[in-house]
Amino acid sequence: MDNGKVIEVKGLTKKYKEVTAVNNLDLNVYKGDVFGFLGPNGAGKSTTIRMLLSLITPTSGSVKLFGQDLIKHRLEILKRIGGIVEKPDFYLYLPAIKNLEILGKLSGADVSKKNLMEMLELVGLDKRANSKVKTFSHGMKQRLGLAQALLHDPELIILDEPTTGLDPQGIKEIRDLIIHLSEDKNKTIFLSSHILKEVQVIANRMIIINKGTTQIEGSVEDLLNSDTLSVTVEVNDLQNAANTIENSQWKKFLKEKNKTTLIFEIQDDDIPVLNKFLVENNVEVKSLVPVRSLENFFLKITEGGAE
Amino acid sequence: MINLISIELFKIFRKLRTYIGFIALAVLIPVIQIALYFEGDGYLDFATRNIKQSFVIVGDLMNGYLIANIVLQMLFVHIPFLIVLVGGDLLAGEATSGTYRMLITRPISRFKLVTSKFFSGLIYTNLLLVWMMILSLGVSILIFGTGELIVLKDKIYIFAKDDVLWRFILSYGFAALSMSTVLALSFLFSAFVENAIGPIVATMAVIIIFLIISALQVDILQPIKPYLFVNHMAVWREFMSDPIDYAKVINSGLILVAHIVGFYLITLYSFIKKDILS
Repeated sequence: MDNGKVIEVKGLTKKYKEVTAVNNLDLNVYKGDVFGFLGPNGAGKSTTIRMLLSLITPTSGSVKLFGQDLIKHRLEILKRIGGIVEKPDFYLYLPAIKNLEILGKLSGADVSKKNLMEMLELVGLDKRANSKVKTFSHGMKQRLGLAQALLHDPELIILDEPTTGLDPQGIKEIRDLIIHLSEDKNKTIFLSSHILKEVQVIANRMIIINKGTTQIEGSVEDLLNSDTLSVTVEVNDLQNAANTIENSQWKKFLKEKNKTTLIFEIQDDDIPVLNKFLVENNVEVKSLVPVRSLENFFLKITEGGAE
Repeated sequence: MINLISIELFKIFRKLRTYIGFIALAVLIPVIQIALYFEGDGYLDFATRNIKQSFVIVGDLMNGYLIANIVLQMLFVHIPFLIVLVGGDLLAGEATSGTYRMLITRPISRFKLVTSKFFSGLIYTNLLLVWMMILSLGVSILIFGTGELIVLKDKIYIFAKDDVLWRFILSYGFAALSMSTVLALSFLFSAFVENAIGPIVATMAVIIIFLIISALQVDILQPIKPYLFVNHMAVWREFMSDPIDYAKVINSGLILVAHIVGFYLITLYSFIKKDILS
């Protein structure tokens, strides 16, 4: 493996006639990472995952997994990956355990009843092993999806929005399972989501994409705990406030001016200083709301940036 | 590959639609047998009314072989409907249920996946014909016994009792080839869509259109008729002639094999190139 890189994507592009679903995407996932792949709906996450799992062919660019080219070494690579792409679908007319047995055989996994039952127990479905999947709720299918992804003990687990459609308890269970897989089983996890908070809780590194293009990439801690905040200041007299700011050192930190608010990008420590400055200059401050820049940025692209 | 085929067969035989063909034959063939048991002599009198004026027919022509031949003649046109129910679902069914994603992310090649499904479909097709043979030939012989076989075609053939069974076996063998062509066509259509209804309707539409073209006595259509596979599907009837035109049988057999291989290769190529978006 090249420098511990489990996934290495360079210039990945997928075009469907006029539509570019993924545009020149670069990303690196290292061994042991829980990598958050974040973006609004339609950002190109599932298309990227489909390319990582060889479901679709890239228009251009390269995908290396475990240091090997995906197209040339597809079968060897897929032996080391488990995944869920979008919602997990199964043969509805078969029981859960039979579904696992079929998929396990195809992956070369141990399909002894003992192993299958252990997997079902891990995801809390052991009591429903012989129930047909058509009787399963969405949450149960998600959990069965995780079981099939883990069956052959893969090194890399790719999960496409695994908590979508789950109730809060189901979300917590899936999160706990992912954390367990990462911390106790030392799996590398590639997790796509459109919820920043989800990635924040689980991942150590992340990338945000929108319209198929990388927006930001780095360590979750660095990105979320950066000192720069987006501070929205609501004032009574905007004109007075704007004039005051215009003639001060704060001018360079002012990023946006709306009807009644001013938005600054400043450090955490600067908030009380700014407040003091405004009050001392007779600007009546109604509210002052700090939001982390990353959250603000993600909210913006989520609101208006989807394809 | 054997492992993959056994998995595919397991999936096929866990679906209700798979049994529609077996159940339909298990209902239709006894109905024909019962009807002929009670009304068979009338049918035979009608069929032999012309030769009875010139010949005296000795022996019992109403026997298991005659019933089996009538059943084969009557049902042969309808068997494709039963074949495409499964053939059209082989690939499209995976797309409909979303299980393509699960399958293709496994460490198996698309070549093996398509080929195992294709062979499973062929096995189903042949099992259906074996079932038809058991019901039409086996059960008819048990009920009606054996005897000489009378076949009314452009000529009237009467085959000796011990000259019939091998003809049936070869007829069913050729019928299997014909039905495998239908399976291959529905399998091809199945690779392009995400719902099994499309391949079922498309395959039957192709067969019906080709049959109509074949039946039309229009000069302009004559040159294309030899290339329509449906014209070669009924060549099993040649085994109920004397002498058998083996050149015609081999020619038609090769054309059907070429169609099966052609349909399979197109399916394989398109599936390997296909982006799985379902």
